Amino acid sequence: MQNDPLIIAGREFQSRLWVGTGKYKDFAETKKAIEASGADVVTVAVRRVNITDRSKENLLDYLDPKKYTILPNTAGCYNVEDALRYARLARAAGVSDLIKLEVLGDERTLFPDTAGLIEAARILVKEGFIVFPYTNDDPIVAQKLVDVGCPAVMPLAAPIGSGLGIRNPYNLKIIMEMIKVPIIVDAGVGTASDAAFAMELGANAVLMNTAIAGAKDPIAMAEAMKYGVYAGRLAYTAGRIPRKLYATASSPIEGML
Amino acid sequence: MAATIQIQVNGETRDCRADATVGDLLRDLAIKAERVAVELNLEILDRKDFNGRSLHEGDRLEILSFIGGGAPTETQVTERGFVNAE
Repeated sequence: MQNDPLIIAGREFQSRLWVGTGKYKDFAETKKAIEASGADVVTVAVRRVNITDRSKENLLDYLDPKKYTILPNTAGCYNVEDALRYARLARAAGVSDLIKLEVLGDERTLFPDTAGLIEAARILVKEGFIVFPYTNDDPIVAQKLVDVGCPAVMPLAAPIGSGLGIRNPYNLKIIMEMIKVPIIVDAGVGTASDAAFAMELGANAVLMNTAIAGAKDPIAMAEAMKYGVYAGRLAYTAGRIPRKLYATASSPIEGML
Repeated sequence: MAATIQIQVNGETRDCRADATVGDLLRDLAIKAERVAVELNLEILDRKDFNGRSLHEGDRLEILSFIGGGAPTETQVTERGFVNAE
């Protein structure tokens, strides 16, 4: 596919693989893995600057904000108030109104608190943010997020960092069919076939971090994910054959002895 | 001797000049203003106001910037506080 951009809130993205920047060995590895993935959107967290050791390098020295869309998140926030505070700080630290909104409900599963998520999304949209909400694979919640003004929805495939792959393809499929904004499958993929599967279901993009950063060779896995997403997207647009229980011969009977 | 005041920066107490502004503090700490967000007593400051905002005894500042992040990580925001960057 020559030209297949993803358009969200009037912004055009070339890559359908978006990546996180956490858990890498160092910034050099982060940079190489992101280059290998072909991603043009990268997520970042907002944290205190180390004021005692100023020798520490800055992530943005390695990721040129002119080349990548920087998508700050509210990772680690367990209530609406904290998520709003981090979103506002992210906007103050950066250059855009984009925010990947996370309101987590539980430390063990890192599942979203969807009631808090919808409330925080409503407030941030009113403040002019472009909100990308990290949510469950629940079609009703996804619709509520659209109703409060989110221009895309990011349902999970499986718990964050679990590598379990697509746990509920039927729910995701319902979300893809019901929801009229782009769907970005976020969290839980483990390997390239998981990414391909998400795209074959009709996802508009996939966002991941641990599956790449935690691989034995993150740079090779980043490349594998690029092809997985690409193959899945291509297969989705090509239109797969229907599943049938019995065989259908590929070779003609005509002309046989 | 120039008068000094005590303020809190990212949870740590430190002395600074009584007539210092937020911009002065960032310069003293060798922090590039264009890469950070500053919260002064829970109010998020506009970057263009850094040089106009003077500091007072007991002020609480939070200076934050972008670091590598997920997919959410295991780190959790402490109660009403912040997780320190590695």
